[in-house]
Formats: sequence, C-alpha cells, structure tokens
Amino acid sequence: MKKSALIGALTLTGLAAGMASAGTVDDVKAKGFLQCGVTTGLVGFAAPDANGNWEGFDVGFCRAVAAAVLGDPQAVKFTPTTGKTRFTALASGEIDLLARNTTWTFSRDVDLKFTFVGVNYYDGQGFMVPKELGVSSAKELDGATVCIQTGTTTELNLADYFRANNMNYEPVPIETNAEAQQQYLAGACDVYTTDASGLAATRATFENPSAHILLPEIISKEPLGPLVRHGDDQWADIARWTLNALITAEELGVTKANLEEMAKGTNNPEINRLLGTEGDLGGMLGLGKDWAKNAIAAGGNYGEIFNSNIGEATTIALARGLNAQWKDGGLIYSPPFR
Amino acid sequence: MTAMTDQQKAGFRLSQLIYDTRYRSMTIQAVALILFMLGIAWLLSNAAQNLAALGKPLSFGFLFEPSGYDINQQLIEYDSQSSHGRAAIVGLLNTMLVALMGCITATVIGVVIGVLRLSHNWIVARLMTVYIEGFRNVPVLLWIVLFMAVFIESLPQPRDFRGDDATASMVLSDSVAFTNRGFYIPRPEWHSGSMVVVIVFLLSLAGIWFFGRWARKRQDATGEILPTFWIKLAIFVIPSVLAFFVMGQPITLEYPALKGFNFTGGIYMRNSLIALWLALSLYTAAFIAEAVRSGIQSVSHGQTEAAFALGVRPGRTMQLVILPQALRVIIPPLISQYLNLTKNSSLAIAVGYMDVTGTLGGITLNQTGREMESLLLLMACYLTISLSVSAVMNWYNNAIKLKER
Repeated sequence: MKKSALIGALTLTGLAAGMASAGTVDDVKAKGFLQCGVTTGLVGFAAPDANGNWEGFDVGFCRAVAAAVLGDPQAVKFTPTTGKTRFTALASGEIDLLARNTTWTFSRDVDLKFTFVGVNYYDGQGFMVPKELGVSSAKELDGATVCIQTGTTTELNLADYFRANNMNYEPVPIETNAEAQQQYLAGACDVYTTDASGLAATRATFENPSAHILLPEIISKEPLGPLVRHGDDQWADIARWTLNALITAEELGVTKANLEEMAKGTNNPEINRLLGTEGDLGGMLGLGKDWAKNAIAAGGNYGEIFNSNIGEATTIALARGLNAQWKDGGLIYSPPFR
Repeated sequence: MTAMTDQQKAGFRLSQLIYDTRYRSMTIQAVALILFMLGIAWLLSNAAQNLAALGKPLSFGFLFEPSGYDINQQLIEYDSQSSHGRAAIVGLLNTMLVALMGCITATVIGVVIGVLRLSHNWIVARLMTVYIEGFRNVPVLLWIVLFMAVFIESLPQPRDFRGDDATASMVLSDSVAFTNRGFYIPRPEWHSGSMVVVIVFLLSLAGIWFFGRWARKRQDATGEILPTFWIKLAIFVIPSVLAFFVMGQPITLEYPALKGFNFTGGIYMRNSLIALWLALSLYTAAFIAEAVRSGIQSVSHGQTEAAFALGVRPGRTMQLVILPQALRVIIPPLISQYLNLTKNSSLAIAVGYMDVTGTLGGITLNQTGREMESLLLLMACYLTISLSVSAVMNWYNNAIKLKER
C-alpha cells in the first residue's frame, strides 16, 4: 500500500513538474536537446534508417526546431509514440513537441488542452485495398473487415462514414502501423484505412506495391500539424514561426543551397528580416538572430523537406496537391515576417 | 521511597509517550498513521489541484456522451451513437467472457496436466514438465501475440474459400470454417416447440441430480455400487433426443456461408478472442497444474497405501481419498490464479480484442482526454471483478476445508 502510494506520488509530482515549468524553451536550452514525439515508424514521415538515424517529414520539422533553438539539428531525442500514447506523453511533459501526423481538431485543441502550431500537411482519410478484391469505390465496402489504428480520428470518421452510407463493417483495432500492415498483408482485413499520405507511405514499403490500390474516396479533412502543450505561448510561438519560416523560405526562394549567399544580405527586405540580417525577429522570440537561418539549414525549406522525404522523386511519391504553396494553387500559406 | 510515590501521584505525563514502553509502540503507530493519512491527503489535493490547473476537474459526464466509435465484438446491442458508458459495459462483458472461458479451460487443462505430471510413465511425466516449464517461464503477452500471429499467418483468408479453384475449404461437412479472421461455427435456431425440448433437457439435469442422491443413499444403506456414470449419461441424452424428434425437430442449425467479403451466418468467434483465450488458458493452466501437483503430493502416501490395503482401486482412491484432501491445499492458490487470469486479460489490446481496457481505458480515454476518470473507473471494474471471484472461491474453500469437530 505504502509502496503504491509512493509510486503514485512520483507520478503526480512528475505531472506537477511538467505543469509547473512555464518556460519550455529554457528547459530545452538547459538540457541541451529537444525531446520530440514522432510515430513508431511510418516511412517518409518518421522512421529510423538502417543506421538508426531518424528521418522523415515530421522528423525534419523536429530538427528545424532544434536548430532554431539550439543551433544544432542533431540535438533531438525522438520518442516513438502510438496513436494512444502520444497525447499523454505531451501532456505529462515527457516530450516538448509532438510532430506525429496528428489531426488538428476542435476537441484536441480545446478540450485536451493542446496548441496546434499550424498545418504542415493537408491530408484526408482514404482506403487501401488489394487489387484482386475488385473493389473500385468505398461505397462497395459493405460487410468488409477494416483495419484501423486505434485512438485516432480515423476510427471516428470510419464509424460516421459507414453509418451515413448505411453499410456494415467489422473493425479490427490495431496499435501501430506495423501491426496493421502485417494483418492487412495476411488478409486478416480486407481494407486498411488511415490518412491517405500514411497509406501511400505504407504501400511504398510493400514487396509489391502495385498489387494494392487507394480508393478514390477521401472521407474526411485531416489537417496534420505539430502541437505543444497549452499555456506556454512563447514555446508555441517558436514552433509556429519555425514552421512559418520554412514555408516562407520556400515562397521567397531561399533554399539550403543559396542560404549562405542570401544571409549576406539581399535586396528583398523580407528575406533579410527572415534570415536576421535586418531587424531582430529572433530576439523577440528569445532566440538568436540566425534562428531561421539555422532552421532552414537543417533540412532546407518546406518544399525541400517535402520533396526529399515524401515527394514525387521518392518511393512514396506524393504529389504536392493541397500542400503546394498558395501561389501554386495549394493551401500552404505563411503569415508575413514583419 | 517518597520520591516514587510522588511520581505515581503525578499521574500521566507527556514524556511517557516516548520513554514509557507501555505507550511507546502506540505513539509510533499513531504518528505513522497520521503521516500516512497526510500523505494520502497531499496526493489527493495535488491531483485535484493539477486537474484544476489543467482545466479538467473530475467529472463523469462524458460517460453519457455518444462514443462515436464501433466495437467489433458486442454481447449487448451497441453502435457508434451509444454512450461511452455503454461502450465501457460492452468492454466489461467482453472481459468477463474471456475471463470465464479462460478460468474454466485453464482449470480443466491444469488438473489433467497436474495429475499426469505425477504419472509413473516416464515420457508422460517429462512431457508435462516441459509443458509447465515452457508456459510458465515465458511472459503471457508473448504467448498471446504468438497465437495471434500463427492464426493470421497460417490460416486461409475468407477469399481463399471462394470460386472453383478455392485453395481452402470448410470442414465437418461444410459447417465449420477456420479463417485467419476467426472461426465460424453453426448457430442453433430455435423454432416453435423448441421450448419443450429445452424444458425436457433441464428436467433430465434435475433427474441426474436426484438419481445421484438416491444412488448414494442406496450405497450407504446396502453397500452396492451402481454404474452411475452410464445411467446418468442415458438420462442426459435419451429424453432430450426423444423430445427433439417427437416435437418434429424444432431446433435447426444455421450454417455459415461465404457472402461478400466475409462469412455470414453461424457464430463468429474472432481470432482475437480465441488467441487470447487459448494463451491465457494454457499459461494459467501451467500454474494450476503445479498447484494440483503440490496438493496431491501434500497427501501422505500412507493414505494411498491404506486405501489400496482396503482393496480400493486406484481411480477411486484418487477420487475418494486423495482429491478431497488435496483440494484443501489446491483451492487457495487456485483463487490467485483465477484473479491473475482475469487481470492478464487486460493484455487483450495487443491482439485488438475490445475488453474494458480497450474501450474505457483505450479509445474512450483517448477521445475524451479524461485520463483520471477513466483509469479510476477501470480500476474499480477490475477490483469489483476480482473481489467477486475471490468471494465465490473463498465461500467454496470454506465449504470444502477440513471440518474440525
């Protein structure tokens, strides 16, 4: 009894410590690294490579934040989280930042007490089926067995979609993408549903990707973005403007290659403000002048991170689509650096 | 001398609480109790404060909100518009189903293995030892995952049953299908007149009980032993079968058939249920087998020899002399094993079985963000189940324990 009370006390003090620390940025600077929550492994978004180095689209954002705050894109420790554990990990202070293709919803923002710092990928929920099943539309899925990752918005969308279309299904709840993949490939479920980007990424790792198709229906809006705890506005600002810096860099044509040259000063005042040669935007955030320069140097601008991890040149081959810059007909749009 | 009488007159002084051995132990206990309660109070207020700081004061209103998610195995009616509370009950029933099935199977297997381990046949005894050590020494989670993986990878998918060149086929004259999504078995359908058959069956069960009592009395009075097993079997089978045909076969079977993506009709036992049930049963059976063995070995060998000397045959010696005494030793650890099995069933989420940990402690917790409330309720659920199992088994233990007169 006393032992369990002690453990309870430790848990609660842990919780209290997580709550009490107002300045996440000071904590991060003090410990010298950023603790970033990512998926347990979704190639293209966050997965360790053969040498154990994490890489991917979400990982790229974590590294940019680490570079902005600490000046070193490698100063990140990654915590793999499942759909179920991610929010507890963030709320308890175990991680400083969650970049795990997480959908921005009202209840997560308001009721779960998190702050979404923006959208880094506009997604929607899709379905993947084996070609030999002969299904060409999600409307034909009545009676199918569907694998879903439990603890995600997809679980709720799926229930709504089948209910609205008056169809039945058999849900198979699964913890991680890897387990879902195993069950789907063995035929224990007919359909695998998650965000369309996740499906494309998963399919790219199959032995024979062409034997599986994504159905045309996209049944939900899934704006995915990084998030932090409620209540630490400075930290939220840093994360938000790091994302905006990456987006603005692409818009203004600042790339990893021409970064050094641009940082010497250009004719465009906005580039100068962004890279710290004019004004002191970094100082207002409580960071160095070259914070955005470091963030861009980590993995390039938004477009470069996109293209090198999940873009059309990679095996995942996602088109920019909604995630193109607003000038190119997409939704990616950053407020001005002024 | 006068000094001593003075001291006695002075009566009780505070310092005696520490220096007087008569009071010291009580003082220490009182202080420890106060500190302990202060600790608890601090924990409670800390939790309340932190929840308030998070803007999430303790509230159970979410239990009445629509859940929004579906559950595959539901013993009571449920859909995504039902409340979170109902989802928790669906999960609770699933937990109790697998716990009940597990306890029964584990007991049967455990007793058989435990007795066989004491067999004089060297190979049988060694095989049972291998079984017990194998299952007992590997975490049950691994067994659950292993069984699930075997089902998923080795059994055919439903679509393998389709078409002329089907690679898989149903067994037992097309009535049972083993697929990697679960097992489909025929379901009885009750038509008019089936009640008569059911009533006859229940009456024959009562008949068996009365016959058993009568046979025992007769044996006590005359010493003659009837072949009760065969007579009981006859009472069990014949009247029900007769009633079944007399009423014009009112009970039929609905066979599973491949339709669309899956088999429909019949009873669908999901492989998550079967994997969990088998793994929990086989794992717990290994522990029960050891309890049974220790119980049997605790009965002195002299008892067996005495029974043999009286001419009692080995089977009856076990049944009438050894087991009744062994049960006194077996039951208390058996209670712990039942409780363990029930609690281990919370590993169900590893194979996607929606038990109460999966619904209330999983999806509901995650979608509503009510960690504290969900976990408190979850703990209350397991506590209630465990205390109920404990109460029943303790009652049974009292019924069979040595009556000292």
